[in-house]
Amino acid sequence: MTDVPAPRHIPDRLDKPLSSAIFSWEALLVVVAAAIFAINSFASPYFLDPYSLSDLTFNFTEKGLIAFAMALLIISGEIDLSVAAIIALASTMMGMAVQAGAGTPVLVLIGIVVGLGCGTFNGLLVTRLGLPSIVVTIGTMSLFRGIAFIILGDQAYKGYPESFAFFGQGYVWWVVSFELVLFLIAAVVYWFVLHRTSFGRRVFAIGNNPVAAQFSGVRVGRTKFILFCLTGLMSGIAAVLITSRLGSTRPSIAQGYELEVITMVVLGGVSILGGAGSILGVVLAAFIMGLVTFGLGLLNVPGIVMSIFIGLLLIIVIALPIVWRRLRGGR
Amino acid sequence: MKAFLKYREIWLLAAIVVLIGLISTRFPAFADPGNLRQVFNDTSILMILALGQMVVILTRSIDLSMASNLCFTGMVVAMLNAAHPAIPIPLLIVIALVVGLVLGAINGLLVWRLNIPSIVVTLGTLTIYRGATFVLSGGAWVNADKMSPDFIGFQRAAFLGIPVLSWIAILVIALFFVLMTRTALGRSIYAIGVNPTASVYAGIDVGRTKFIVFCISGMIGGLSGYLWISRYVIASVEVANGYELNIIAACVIGGISIAGGIGSVGGTVLGALFLGIISNALPVINISPFWQMAISGSAIILAVVLNARSERQQGRIILKKVEAA
Repeated sequence: MTDVPAPRHIPDRLDKPLSSAIFSWEALLVVVAAAIFAINSFASPYFLDPYSLSDLTFNFTEKGLIAFAMALLIISGEIDLSVAAIIALASTMMGMAVQAGAGTPVLVLIGIVVGLGCGTFNGLLVTRLGLPSIVVTIGTMSLFRGIAFIILGDQAYKGYPESFAFFGQGYVWWVVSFELVLFLIAAVVYWFVLHRTSFGRRVFAIGNNPVAAQFSGVRVGRTKFILFCLTGLMSGIAAVLITSRLGSTRPSIAQGYELEVITMVVLGGVSILGGAGSILGVVLAAFIMGLVTFGLGLLNVPGIVMSIFIGLLLIIVIALPIVWRRLRGGR
Repeated sequence: MKAFLKYREIWLLAAIVVLIGLISTRFPAFADPGNLRQVFNDTSILMILALGQMVVILTRSIDLSMASNLCFTGMVVAMLNAAHPAIPIPLLIVIALVVGLVLGAINGLLVWRLNIPSIVVTLGTLTIYRGATFVLSGGAWVNADKMSPDFIGFQRAAFLGIPVLSWIAILVIALFFVLMTRTALGRSIYAIGVNPTASVYAGIDVGRTKFIVFCISGMIGGLSGYLWISRYVIASVEVANGYELNIIAACVIGGISIAGGIGSVGGTVLGALFLGIISNALPVINISPFWQMAISGSAIILAVVLNARSERQQGRIILKKVEAA
């Protein structure tokens, strides 16, 4: 023991100076969120009310849950466009179960299992057959929602049991909804997994350089497969929440959510090219999107116009640091 | 390489012939030349859009905003026509091309000048352009009774027994064929997709070329805006909602590699026709149209599995050649 030289201390990550924390992406998001919050509370007298603020959270909790898993997936260099279609299929299956007389626990189980199953299917296609995930999930997006359309057509499933309503409509304490609690728990879990475990480091490694990761002993295929399963699982959970909140299922449920989830992830500072991102950023982005849509909703701005703001926000927040760097670089 | 490409298109063509054969066992009149002309006409807009998307995907980019561009430009020309029925249709088409070009150039500039990944840019403009349609129209619709007879009738007029819409599609296909096989720009587009770094060393301005392909897809989106509105005679915010994915699906089925550099005009046209035949056939063979989505989804997955196989084979062939040299 004594003749072995003391190992040189190699830090996991370099110490960051304070200035980099101040100019970090998350700091920018905090400023944006605070600004939107302030504008909202000036613009509408109804905004700063605990019940209003509680309603606000419903705008992002379901999409946010998926966004966490999607963040990991995008960091690893893949993408899943089928998440909204998974919601549609899982919700349809839950509707079928209700017609067969299933109770609340069975419904929840079905939603989660269908979600997980769809995610597994995506994962197998991408990792086993080595297909590009963007195309595979465009295909499964049509397939999953298509099955929902085949089963339901222009009909709707209703008649969910009363106890089922808790997941999407219930409150744990005062104005704190079950959805919000679930969102916060998921945020902590995903933060821990991504930033504090070796699994999280592997995800970053794969996103930065899949070949190097493979040669470093990272099971690239298996890690990506797990991430696809995880994204399916979160979509299944989101399906339970949405179905419970709406109390009915149509095949067009959650239409367009996939793009909103991806917008949330990218707005949160996750590089669409993979290899970089943080859960804190995604949480902040979820809040920002919730604030924007809710604030504009209080001002009676129609949903389609809100989407302009979300789109502009996405491009501006991405473009701003690039322009800023150019100006400082004097080019 | 060229023989290989032909090989794949022949397979796609064979798949289409088999598909038509299968359909005509249930409904013999489907294979009728008159009906096939009708199917071609019905698929014209999708073919045109898919070609615009093709040049973008070939350069390793993607344009998710095409359907929103179509929606916005369609609303612009519909409102212009409703307000000033005297504007001749060719001028309206030019206006549609210019409006589409501007929207495409916005995408292109963001990709070129700020180096933002195209999927992020067009994800943003997808919602912005559709939202802008709402702002422009105030949420109102432009119905058939507000459109002039010329506006609706132009693409339906028959020339040599074929509707003008089909002729426009044929013209666009021919233009893209010349662009991709007979011009330096076409070669640059392929080169960027195959190897962007090598393209820079070969003297190709990658950023500028990407800007140009987004301008092309924008113009195509604008042109399709007029064609779509005058075909379905209603302009609203909901026009072609979600259609961007059908366009990409047509490209993928047509053998365009999402990783860039691989694909052809013929393949794209056949990919669009494949989807067009399915959507035309379902009602006549008494399958609920609700099946269409799942069928095209399965077709996309099947196509990408087959594409991946042939791409892998191609890689091996290249290696062998290098080793032999």
